[in-house]
Amino acid sequence: RLYSTRSVKNVKIEKILIANRGEIACRIMRTAKRLGIRTVAVYSDADKHSLHVKSADEAIHIGPAAARLSYLKADSIIDAARRTGAQAIHPGYGFLSESSAFAQLCEDEGFTFIGPPASAIRDMGDKSASKRIMGAAGVPLVPGYHGEQQDIELMKSEAEKIGYPILIKPTHGGGGKGMRIVTNPTEFVDSFLGAQREAAASFGVNTILLEKYITKPRHIEVQVFGDKHGNVVHLNERDCSVQRRHQKIIEEAPAPNIMRDFRSELGEAAVSAAKAVGYFNAGTVEFIVDTITGKFYFMEMNTRLQVEHPVTEMIVGQDLVEWQIRIANGEHLPMSQSEVPLLGHAFEARIYAENVPKGFLPATGVLHHYRPVTESSTVRVETGVKEGDDVSMHYDPMIAKLVVWAENRAAALVKLRDCLFKFQVAGLPTNIDFILKLANHEAFKNGDVETHFIENFRDDLFVDPNHMKLAKEAYDAAKTSAILVAACFCEKEHVSIRKSPPGGLSIWYSNPPFRVHHRATRTFELEWENDIFDKDSEILTLSIIYQHNGKYLIKTGDSSCPAQEIRVEHLGNDDFRTEVDGACINISLGAYFKDQNEHIHIWHGSHHHHFRRKIHRVLLDDDTTQWKPISGLVSHERGAVVAPMAGLVVKVLVENGMRVEEGQPILVLEAMKMEHIVKSQTAGLVSGLQVNVGQQVSDGFVLFSVKFSILYDLMSAVSR
Amino acid sequence: LARRGASSSCFFRRKSRFFSSGILPDGVDRASEAFSRNSEIMAGLLSQLQSRISNVMEGGGAAAVERNKSRNKLLPRDRINHILDPGSSFLELSQLAGYELYKEPLQSGGVVTGIGAVHGKLCMFVANDPTVKGGTYYPITVKKHLRAQEIAARCRLPCLYLVDSGGAFLPMQAEVFPDRDNFGRIFYNQAIMSSEGIPQIALVLGSCTAGGAYIPAMADESVMVKGNGTIFLAGPPLVKAATGEEISAEDLGGAVVHCKTSGVADYFAQDELHALSIGRNIIKNLHMAANHRMENGRHNASDYKEPLYDIEELRSIAPTDLKQSFDIRSIIARTVDGSEFDEFKKLYGTTLVTGFAKIHGTPVGIIGNNGVLFNESALKGAHFIELCTQRNIPLVFLQNITGFMVGSKSEAGGIAKAGAKMVMAVSCAKVPKITIIVGGSFGAGNYAMCGRAYSPDFMFFWPNARISVMGGVQAAGVLTQVERSNKKKRGIQWTNEEEENFKAKVVEAYEKEGNAYYSTARLWDDGIIDPADTRRILGLCLSACNNRAPECTKFGVFRM
Repeated sequence: RLYSTRSVKNVKIEKILIANRGEIACRIMRTAKRLGIRTVAVYSDADKHSLHVKSADEAIHIGPAAARLSYLKADSIIDAARRTGAQAIHPGYGFLSESSAFAQLCEDEGFTFIGPPASAIRDMGDKSASKRIMGAAGVPLVPGYHGEQQDIELMKSEAEKIGYPILIKPTHGGGGKGMRIVTNPTEFVDSFLGAQREAAASFGVNTILLEKYITKPRHIEVQVFGDKHGNVVHLNERDCSVQRRHQKIIEEAPAPNIMRDFRSELGEAAVSAAKAVGYFNAGTVEFIVDTITGKFYFMEMNTRLQVEHPVTEMIVGQDLVEWQIRIANGEHLPMSQSEVPLLGHAFEARIYAENVPKGFLPATGVLHHYRPVTESSTVRVETGVKEGDDVSMHYDPMIAKLVVWAENRAAALVKLRDCLFKFQVAGLPTNIDFILKLANHEAFKNGDVETHFIENFRDDLFVDPNHMKLAKEAYDAAKTSAILVAACFCEKEHVSIRKSPPGGLSIWYSNPPFRVHHRATRTFELEWENDIFDKDSEILTLSIIYQHNGKYLIKTGDSSCPAQEIRVEHLGNDDFRTEVDGACINISLGAYFKDQNEHIHIWHGSHHHHFRRKIHRVLLDDDTTQWKPISGLVSHERGAVVAPMAGLVVKVLVENGMRVEEGQPILVLEAMKMEHIVKSQTAGLVSGLQVNVGQQVSDGFVLFSVKFSILYDLMSAVSR
Repeated sequence: LARRGASSSCFFRRKSRFFSSGILPDGVDRASEAFSRNSEIMAGLLSQLQSRISNVMEGGGAAAVERNKSRNKLLPRDRINHILDPGSSFLELSQLAGYELYKEPLQSGGVVTGIGAVHGKLCMFVANDPTVKGGTYYPITVKKHLRAQEIAARCRLPCLYLVDSGGAFLPMQAEVFPDRDNFGRIFYNQAIMSSEGIPQIALVLGSCTAGGAYIPAMADESVMVKGNGTIFLAGPPLVKAATGEEISAEDLGGAVVHCKTSGVADYFAQDELHALSIGRNIIKNLHMAANHRMENGRHNASDYKEPLYDIEELRSIAPTDLKQSFDIRSIIARTVDGSEFDEFKKLYGTTLVTGFAKIHGTPVGIIGNNGVLFNESALKGAHFIELCTQRNIPLVFLQNITGFMVGSKSEAGGIAKAGAKMVMAVSCAKVPKITIIVGGSFGAGNYAMCGRAYSPDFMFFWPNARISVMGGVQAAGVLTQVERSNKKKRGIQWTNEEEENFKAKVVEAYEKEGNAYYSTARLWDDGIIDPADTRRILGLCLSACNNRAPECTKFGVFRM
């Protein structure tokens, strides 16, 4: 035929506004640019200098840092699109991506919403409604209660019917927010109310549903795509079972250890699910797989492009953002189901700013040193930040997604581990070392994944600080790193001094520094930040003796560790090559200053260590009486309870002067859209409680203290 | 083969430069007996030196060092290391001061002195060693302290006093207290240097009793460490004896008292490391840029060539038998940039070698001995010194001198007159002068070649060097003749054996007193150095001398 009837519309998208930030905004722009489509970024006050703003052709300021005043403000975004003449709006994930109202608004205002129809979002957004539709369409469902009646007694009896353990879930939202697992009826009421509160805070709707809780489940989801002509295909599945705090950290495609038939069953179910709501564009149908029975149940459908979409892209060799744009343009799906390939295996590791030993608490801070691995056709780094950026409390603490691909799972896993070793982040705590441990675990290598993976292998993944042998090994490894740090440091210092000798006194700054009839020595005190054990840091004292041949002879105070003679070659920037006893290795350092300390990170081979070095800078400290050793750790008075992270106070449960028991909840903090209960660490009287609901507190802020009072005990004894 | 290659390439270079620049030949016969004998003897001397140095580096013994550590105090060299810029060199002076000088050992004379860079500024450090006799001042301690101040004053180096001393060593008060160049001179120097704008900074890291109290009190800025630092004119025992008042050292003169109440100290330090970091900061904030004359060690020539020949061979060239002659040019060739030396008056007065060169980029005039000084050599020396003072070129003296030529011909030729001219020139020359004694330093030759009395800015000994008014054998000869004629007058017969005994005693005494250690123990020099370090040390000294403003030399009356 001469004229194709396939090109329905002649008007194609030429400019896209991306109603998002961070890596996904950058990701969408990359494809748009490749397609010759111009891009518009929107940004809040906090993101003025962000990578997504720099990457866009144009950028529009849409409000203050708080998401609800910027990225969640639909009218500001529509206004920005109008001002810049964008024809289409891509919502990314999170923020407004699953707001049917926003999708509708876009269409009403004449912009193409790059996503599914508003009706499908609405249908799938309400979990109770979506299950009804799915049930009608023959998609298997987990036994549960999805009724509108939210009376607590009714809910409790429904729970009895389904049988414990029970999962309590808000009907709206996702990402594990507000979810509670209840193992027995006594816990039901508390958990129910907590879930309601969190749901209300996060999604504005507090309706709850109940489901049977599956004890050994896998989380497998299927990527689906539909066009505006009623065609739907699936692009195989992803396994996202390994989660912490109900959030994914490592995803892979295809799912390991499943049969071909099972895969097609899943795929067909997903396609049916999408068709049941008249779906088009990208979507993900999530299933829970009971590994004991081999059954799978529909969980929910995410009506957007997912965080973990790159693993699917890697195994099908397609650009899903391109598909999204083409479909939004009214084109047909680029492939039929039979044409969808399944090539090799891909992993995605989500690199978060978080404090793993403190229960994966989100962390904030500055990315003082940020060197992701080099990208290639099989290694992708999706990131929305650059060195020097702030990971603020306003948004998601994800730093990057590391995506690797190889011919098979084992090979991909090797590549994943190698990339994680080389992925350098310093300035804030990350989960890199933890993901590495995960990826190294035998069960993970065997593909024995399930959603309780981390809990089940807790003992392997978190080192017990009382385990003497492991503690010793870790200490020895840290010592070796400390020695290398000292050597590289001296060499780097020498190189920089040689370039511009202080005061122009080049002759005074030779290597080795001159001494009359002896060798120059210096001591280096490094405090090992023991990230592994979450306990106090240890101080390593090293003495460095400058050798005549330019090498450094380094001794530790420890007699069991022999002195090492190290030659260092500075390769430039933070890269070094060292030689010890003829063995050469490459080393990278990352250093920055924070809180009167110089922080030094070292990466070599499979090791990563973090040290602190005190700066003996003059303190304007004229306190002549209360002298405490200068320490990087701020010490608070005994009984003081500090905020474990920056966050918003959402609930205060006690008052000053109240008597509390050890472990009693005192207040509730919300950060990164999650609730954290701050508990009393001792029994006693609450004092100095100054925070109010709605107050923003910073990391380490003293919230209150608990004082032991003899007087109180005496008085209560008397009154008794 | 490699050496032949080097010499042929240097020949080639000579040609290509149209003989404009004098590249010195290697000048060393490595196959010679003298070379191997010298190497062997020098190796012995150096290992002896090293063991003596190692000994003094340990301070006042394990027990005292341990006690010091238990008080959270560092040793003086570690204290200095903490203040120095990381990677800075440290030119320590007179490490062996006090060596075998008193009945008891006094390691490094009880005080560590030297020059190093802090925030890119050269500073003079004077650090008491509390592990050596409690840091008290023996006569040699005073002398070493004063010498450091003298260098600082001359080179305009900010002074950092790391004070931790019990004051004067009382049993020897007569040699420590009253004279002009005794204890009181320390404070006089502080006052004078301060008046000249040379910063005086005291860090009180330990006790600072009696006279010592004036070191921080006289300083421009002073820092005190809480707990360890005390300043008082009289300690608690003396106060109790004098007034009956009972008081702790801390309450009497601790950091709190002096920083809060008395104002004797300016900065309160929480601990020793804090004090040292405050000291560093004070240097950082010195604003010397306003004083355009104070270049503080800077020189622009950072691009220079190393000598063409192995510097370590200086150890084999150093004469260990002073009767053996050797060409001083082989030392110059291993000391100056690119071994380039442009000789002045090469063909005249050949026993004195004079010429221009650069050391680590700094232009210098070098005067070296190649034998006894004759009339012509002395005149040539005086002429060359005049040249250098005219052009403000620092002078480097390489001493290996038995003296001026004696005998009727010399006297009649006016050797005394010629020698006087050279001594006049050396005395009055206002350019930086550095003297290295590489061999012998005898008689008036020592004067003409800028011995200690001629105030060289720096003066060092090689371990093989010797110094005395004349050689031991010659002295024995003279004294024997005098003694014999005395005895003869009194009619006493002197047996051959007695005469030999007499001679031997004189020779022995000269042997002992002419030794480098005898000299360095008494601070007749600024230290014994490894010949292989000569170039480096000259470079550091010249850099330190760069601070001096050019001065106009005015000579006295030259006897014509």
